[in-house]
Amino acid sequence: MTTVNSQLNSDVMNSIVARYPRKRSAIMPLLHYVQSIFGYITNEGIETISQVLEIETAEVSAVATFYTQYKFKPTGEYHIGVCTNTLCAIMGGDQILESLKEHLGLENDGVTDDGKVSIEHIECNAACDYAPVVMANWEFYDNQTVASAKALVDGARAGNPPAPTRGPNRLVTFKEASAVLAGLDDGLAHEGVQAGEPTLLGLKLAKEGK
Amino acid sequence: MTTQATSPTEVTPVEMITVVIDGFEVTVPKGTLIIRAAEKLGIQIPRFCDHPLLDPVGACRQCLVDVEINGRAFPKPQASCTIPVEPNMIVKTQLTSTVADKAQKGVMELLLGNHPLDCPVCDKGGECPLQNQAMSNGNAESRLTGYKRTFEKPINISSQVLLDRERCVLCARCTRFSNQIASDPFITLNHRGALQQVGIYENDPFNSYFSGNTVQICPVGALTGASYRFRARPFDLVSTPSGCEHCASGCDMRTDVRRGKTLRRLAGDDAAVNEEWNCDKGRWAFKYITSTDRLTQPMVRNAEGILVEASWPEALAAAAAGLKGKRAAVLTGGRVTTEDAYGYAKFARIALKTNDIDFRARVSGAEEGDFLAAKVAGNFNVHYSDIDSADQILLVAFEPEEESPIVFLRINKNFKKRGLKVTSVATKGSIAMDKLNAEFIKVVPGAEAAAVAGLSLTAKSVILVGERASESAGLISAAVALAEKSGAKLAWIPRRAGERGALEAGAFPTLLPGGRPVADSAARVDIAAAWGVDSLPAIPGRTTHQIIEALGNDELDAVVVGGVDAYDLLHSSKVLNSLKKSFVVSLEIASSSVTQVADVVLPVAAVTEKSGSFLNWEGRARSFDAAVAESQNRSDVRILSALADAMGESIMLGTVSATAREIAQLGKWDGARAPFTPVAPGTAPAASGDQAVLTSWRRLLDMGTMQRGEDNLAGTRRQTVAVISEKRAAAAGVATGDQVRISNAYGSITLPVLVEDIHDDAVWIPRNSFGSQALTALDAVHGELVTVVKA
Amino acid sequence: MSLLTPVLSAHWDEKDSFTIDAYKRNGGYQAAAKALAMDPDAVIQLVKDSGLRGRGGAGFPTGMKWGFIPQGDNKDHYLVVNADESEPGTCKDMPLLMANPHVLVEGVIIAAYAIRAKHAFIYIRGEVTHVARRLNQAIADAYKAGYLGKNVFGTGNDIDLVLHIGAGAYICGEETALLDSLEGFRGQPRLRPPFPAIAGLYARPTVVNNVESISAVPAIVANGAEWYQSMGTEKSKGATLYSLSGHVNNPGQFEAPLGITLRQILELAGGIRNGHKLKFWTPGGSSTPLFTDEHLDVPLDYEGVSAAGSMLGTKALQIFDETTCVVRAVLRWTEFYKHESCGKCTPCREGTWWLVQILRDLEEGKGSEADLQKLLDLCDNIMGRSFCALGDGATSPITSSIKYFRDEYIAHVTSGGCPFDASKSTLFAEAK
Repeated sequence: MTTVNSQLNSDVMNSIVARYPRKRSAIMPLLHYVQSIFGYITNEGIETISQVLEIETAEVSAVATFYTQYKFKPTGEYHIGVCTNTLCAIMGGDQILESLKEHLGLENDGVTDDGKVSIEHIECNAACDYAPVVMANWEFYDNQTVASAKALVDGARAGNPPAPTRGPNRLVTFKEASAVLAGLDDGLAHEGVQAGEPTLLGLKLAKEGK
Repeated sequence: MTTQATSPTEVTPVEMITVVIDGFEVTVPKGTLIIRAAEKLGIQIPRFCDHPLLDPVGACRQCLVDVEINGRAFPKPQASCTIPVEPNMIVKTQLTSTVADKAQKGVMELLLGNHPLDCPVCDKGGECPLQNQAMSNGNAESRLTGYKRTFEKPINISSQVLLDRERCVLCARCTRFSNQIASDPFITLNHRGALQQVGIYENDPFNSYFSGNTVQICPVGALTGASYRFRARPFDLVSTPSGCEHCASGCDMRTDVRRGKTLRRLAGDDAAVNEEWNCDKGRWAFKYITSTDRLTQPMVRNAEGILVEASWPEALAAAAAGLKGKRAAVLTGGRVTTEDAYGYAKFARIALKTNDIDFRARVSGAEEGDFLAAKVAGNFNVHYSDIDSADQILLVAFEPEEESPIVFLRINKNFKKRGLKVTSVATKGSIAMDKLNAEFIKVVPGAEAAAVAGLSLTAKSVILVGERASESAGLISAAVALAEKSGAKLAWIPRRAGERGALEAGAFPTLLPGGRPVADSAARVDIAAAWGVDSLPAIPGRTTHQIIEALGNDELDAVVVGGVDAYDLLHSSKVLNSLKKSFVVSLEIASSSVTQVADVVLPVAAVTEKSGSFLNWEGRARSFDAAVAESQNRSDVRILSALADAMGESIMLGTVSATAREIAQLGKWDGARAPFTPVAPGTAPAASGDQAVLTSWRRLLDMGTMQRGEDNLAGTRRQTVAVISEKRAAAAGVATGDQVRISNAYGSITLPVLVEDIHDDAVWIPRNSFGSQALTALDAVHGELVTVVKA
Repeated sequence: MSLLTPVLSAHWDEKDSFTIDAYKRNGGYQAAAKALAMDPDAVIQLVKDSGLRGRGGAGFPTGMKWGFIPQGDNKDHYLVVNADESEPGTCKDMPLLMANPHVLVEGVIIAAYAIRAKHAFIYIRGEVTHVARRLNQAIADAYKAGYLGKNVFGTGNDIDLVLHIGAGAYICGEETALLDSLEGFRGQPRLRPPFPAIAGLYARPTVVNNVESISAVPAIVANGAEWYQSMGTEKSKGATLYSLSGHVNNPGQFEAPLGITLRQILELAGGIRNGHKLKFWTPGGSSTPLFTDEHLDVPLDYEGVSAAGSMLGTKALQIFDETTCVVRAVLRWTEFYKHESCGKCTPCREGTWWLVQILRDLEEGKGSEADLQKLLDLCDNIMGRSFCALGDGATSPITSSIKYFRDEYIAHVTSGGCPFDASKSTLFAEAK
């Protein structure tokens, strides 16, 4: 039954539902929204979505557990993903992941005691020309090294992580990023570069007549 | 008198297609899947996810075959469970294609790779499609030698169903059944890839009325029922086709017995009725048969007024002495077989020389009596197939999921497949109405008739009237009028399995067997001749309520009671007082409110111990043999025949099969039907302030006596709640979950509230659930004023 | 003349290229206005005539796909853009959307108009927060400008566009899985038929196109089919984004006519990283069979790559030099397929489970030569036996690598472990 005093805002949830011709389509942004409030998928979130969409709780959890971005235990305020798909792994992703795990004293999917940083190995994140790639709250940190990755997590633990390579001027928190993934505007779209150097390489060469 | 369902009258020509499978031609209707066309040739293509009643999914990939159309071969083997036949199609199965054979063996190797191969301790062992097909279509040895997937085992996904995930082959039959057939998507596939697994949401168990079907169709031992798990090996069981005694849906069943003990019951396969499904009550409620309060020995009340065990001759003599020459009646309840009901009907007329016999051990009335005699008895015109061809279903005082679950499944199938429109005239919304997206015509209890009178239907509609229609004055009359006005078909769906059979058998005050009116002298002559007696009593008999009244005021001296519980009737204390002062012969399977006040108690066989048949709501007969062949218990009809002999008034029904033959020989009555006298629409009593009009019905899983001892099943029942509207909740200062007290002059009951779709002037409670027994607590069920206040 | 033909990428070097102002400054939304003044069928014909083929991997002619949508059926039609870009090595759509989301929005307007869809969706993968921001902003700005919503461009047409953000599932790049996911179900592929053109989103006629395909449309409308036809090869028309990554001196995006070769692109990119040589590469992501230095001159168009035994795929050119252990590379890809298998069908779900174990044993030197045969036979039992192409794709790196590098697998067996030093493959190895 409905939980009272929920932090889930029904107006926001209804506005997400209203984007779609059929209610059920809203399940994924609603799950992102739940993460934006709690930092992970809580039972309260599943039960509330079930009520909002008028579907069974089992149907909500079936969807939630299918997608890897939905977490079922609290994530860190800064959730770090190290790409260890083949290309990034070979270019140094494996070494970065190992060194971060050692540095933080965490296993894969672990979270630091202070709740600041969680870490997981991730699959290809569509930035292979910037390999090795690290994502923090799903913002791009391009061309990483062991040292730069450590600096990222150390900054995150200290509350002042470096800005993403291609992203806003500051690294938003996991919950804030989840709100963006729920389709909610955080006003930061205009921040950051339009493209990195590899993205522009072909254009530059073409302009040089090559 | 009995009938077989006629096939639908409209026959649309089906386009036939001829294909070649493994060199043999086969001609099948257009749309037939390859896998089933092959079956027609006797070619078994191995499969797991395929199920003829579920939508094709093509997930397990076990049924791969080579396919060629118009000389063009598919570049890779195709799933034969997903592709309909086409003209000029040539199929090569594992029997003639090495590619298909290798593909199938490859899939089988992968399915077995992560399977625990714990067949020796698995309940499915011996009847396992995986085991069988691994033998027929697999390699003898596996090359997969790494580590297997493991899960904690087993997990209870309900109090009744257990899941061993590591055995699961992820065919999704269970999840598809729950979603597509039952509309209860409480189990789903969760996670993904190699970790994909069937599961529930952790706070909401798999409490579906139909959950047992998933156990039955699971092609491995992943889903098991708590009550059968580790009890037996399939090859030790003796299986007997049987019918279900729990409701009037009429399911085909199978009863599995080991050494005289019923260990499980399964849904049988009857495409015209239950297809391959049944409900959990039918599947899992059978321990009452072996409960400790079963009666095994006749009993006679001695001089000190104590019931003591007696021999059969002593007991029959005592019963005969008490009945002979007395003014006696018969109450049969609605649970006996057609043959037993016929025995009671004949016994009443010949041995007791009376028409005082009624099968309705429930709230009923004269309007219903008229209706049954005039419109239902001898009418076999409405069938499940009419639901398939209807363009609208109107439910009248009928909650199919609770009161006849297979009728619900059939309506739901048509809703899901073709958007069948469903309208319900009811006092409360329901889960089933939500599932069916039914139009809910919300009425105050008592005012149903006017709502029905205001409807219009097409001639292709079907009106399904529940037995509770008798509780609202004029409702049956309104439904009859609507059917006549529109040309829609009308069927009456009682709750109990034996009611329709009892009606047809003449266990009814105004009808002789075959729907012959007592009042019709030709009908009496007909039956008297068949029975070899000079005449039959000509005065129409008393109804259940009238019999109780007559016993109470000494117009009757004695009564033979079979399968009736006083607590199913209004004014139960009055009923028991009437019985106490009369001579009572009770035929029962277990100790009950009636046996406790009886003068002679005669134990009878439970349904699995005897042969017989039930007529379902359609009037379709389902015959069965005794599943427990070793049972010493006898069917009611055999005991009644012996009792009649002891009275010197023989009814000549020494065996069930002789009884069935006699019923068949009576044939149909083609004379005039009893007339139907419509009753004016009733109105609801005016409720003010804390007052509300009571309404109630039985839930499928409740305190029914035949569910005794089934704790696992009971664990899946729906919550006991009192339902009131939002407005009333606000006025009473309660919200969902708070307690309310419902009371009248008779008594009171306190229940948690559920705010739901119900008329502001009404309150609904379960009629016979744990914590809510309307009859014993309030001596009221429907249409009476009660007071509802915050508790 | 340059080998490169920047069209999509033409203005990416402008700092504000992602804004509506920049896009309009460079002629943006004029093509949509032009298209909406045409008959919708004429727009479809134009795209057919251009020869544009799907850039998501399969290469199906885009205009033909649009033409499959039944017209006059009184049903809602839907346009769905596949921006789930997750195939390993593929990194073209995300930078495109970050630098110029409006070109996709304009393409959506034109395509939706052509197929008579009033509702369009962009399904973008969830792991790209900033791309989602840019795209959502672009959509909001297009609404404000009257390019989306009611009566777009004052033409009386209504087009709504919703950004749907995924949550981590490679399988959702498969179009029917994407549709199930968009409908709010688990993203597992659907049985076909019915095909999306007949019963797609909400069982209505639906076109699903890749980001790059739809983004190519405004330029085609603006410059004409002939212009587009003038680029590319006989059956593979137009220009496309080639994404070069891995052991090269200068990785990045190269927009060139179809049919360019890896040799030409490597030359532009300054070659394999210094001191090393090409060992193997993927022409179009990890699901396309590997190529080696034998294939440097294969024309990178649909026909050329196919004739050489692989697939053009997403033109994700992942380059690996001789420091790379192919067994390690293939194991990692196989782990990816195991992780991303949706679980629906047996061959993919169970097959990838065992492939990973066998490959891991091989990589660790615990395998045997017989394991290679087992791998190949398992691949044979998965390839073409799975429900969708993910299972097929999982076998590609294995079968192609054993074809070209069987000796390297054997070396792992005979030397009892991996003969490679992983650190030498890293980007920062040289710096040490």
